[in-house]
Amino acid sequence: MSGFRALLYRDLRLATRAGGGAALALAFFAAVAVLVPLGIGADLKLLGRIAGGVLWVAAILAALLSLDRLFQADYEDGSLDQIALAPMTLETSAAAKIVAHWLTTGLPLTILSPLLALLFDLPVAGYVPLLVSLAIGTPAVSAIGAIGAGLTISIRRGGLILPLLVLPLLSPVVIFGAGVVSAALSGLDNGAIWLLSAFSLAAVCLAPFAAAAAVRLNLAG
Amino acid sequence: MNIFELANPKRFMRFSAALLPWFWAIAILCLGAGLFIGLFRVPPDYQQGQTVKIMFIHVPAAWVGMMAYASMAVASLFGLVNRHPLADAAAKAAAPLGAVFTALALITGSLWGKPMWGAYWVWDARLTSFLILFFLYLGYMALWTAIEDETRAARACAILALVGAVNLPIIKYSVDWWNTLHQGESIFVKGGPLIAPVFLWPLFLMAFGYTFLFLALWMVRIRTEILARRARTLQLRMGTA
Repeated sequence: MSGFRALLYRDLRLATRAGGGAALALAFFAAVAVLVPLGIGADLKLLGRIAGGVLWVAAILAALLSLDRLFQADYEDGSLDQIALAPMTLETSAAAKIVAHWLTTGLPLTILSPLLALLFDLPVAGYVPLLVSLAIGTPAVSAIGAIGAGLTISIRRGGLILPLLVLPLLSPVVIFGAGVVSAALSGLDNGAIWLLSAFSLAAVCLAPFAAAAAVRLNLAG
Repeated sequence: MNIFELANPKRFMRFSAALLPWFWAIAILCLGAGLFIGLFRVPPDYQQGQTVKIMFIHVPAAWVGMMAYASMAVASLFGLVNRHPLADAAAKAAAPLGAVFTALALITGSLWGKPMWGAYWVWDARLTSFLILFFLYLGYMALWTAIEDETRAARACAILALVGAVNLPIIKYSVDWWNTLHQGESIFVKGGPLIAPVFLWPLFLMAFGYTFLFLALWMVRIRTEILARRARTLQLRMGTA
């Protein structure tokens, strides 16, 4: 477990210090959210209704932004080989990297989201569901994204192909995540929160194995 | 005969060369008969009119689009577990075929949708999940072309195909769930009137024909892949000699 913690702290430090890009994802999230009203008009009633979906889509795009470097930076400078040699399984290392990615993107995005929801005039009943759904759902984004990041390690322009691989796989997260918010606004209980939790739990449990397999095949050659 | 004996490329080449003419014959016969009966012998539907005949092109394409993904996933599993190049070639060869059949299903679906729903695209659950399937194919093919090393690309794509195969039922379910959430009523009546036998026959013929068309094309693509690899090794050998 100490290896897990060491890798986690290392990745957290790398992400938060100069050039780490954790703050950039947040800025990107806000910029996308601001562009939407510019594109579709300032009708607050409409914006309030679509706020949940827009913020969910923006959050996923922002999380994808930093995903391509999840393993690639370590692959290029050779530290991924060191990590693979460390006396812990590659699955554990992948899990540590997923957690670090979530702590530096998913969690800040979740915390920032109410502020952006304010700009969209999200009805009061929607704030807690938005926060909760992002908190539950974004780990799945980091986890499934890590699989894509592992697969695209050796591709020089991996950041371009990664969204194509990952976005279709993430459609259930968007559907259930935005569904949580719209359920709260319509006053109906559609069970989205449970489906989102189930999907997220399964993704977080299984993804480290797939991501580790992807990393391993890239190190083997 | 054990199916794994076919894993030998030489044996596969011989086996597929013998089967291929039959597959082509069955595909052409079934498609010809199905199209003839479907387009000229079947009466127009009492609600959908002539547009019902799009179904004979559309429905089998959708089936084969899904079947191709299943074939690709199974081949990927064998490729990953048994580490056999033939399985990798089979998975690689299935993807573009699946993408084309899926695209055909999407295009014919939207052509059918224009007179029926009044729009070329409706965010219907089936259409949407097929669009996502199409993107999965695109991502798979993009990954193949992006990784230069052949075996590395094969393994990466196999993992992607398997992750996609695990996720596909969930995507399908979530899209169905989303669809019922957003559009309570639909012009498309679920489990609507049972299809009359007069429509069922040409549909089966077409499904059979499409399946064999896929199998024949798949075989041709695998054969091409094997030959291309042989050509490449020959080239390398000549180059170094």
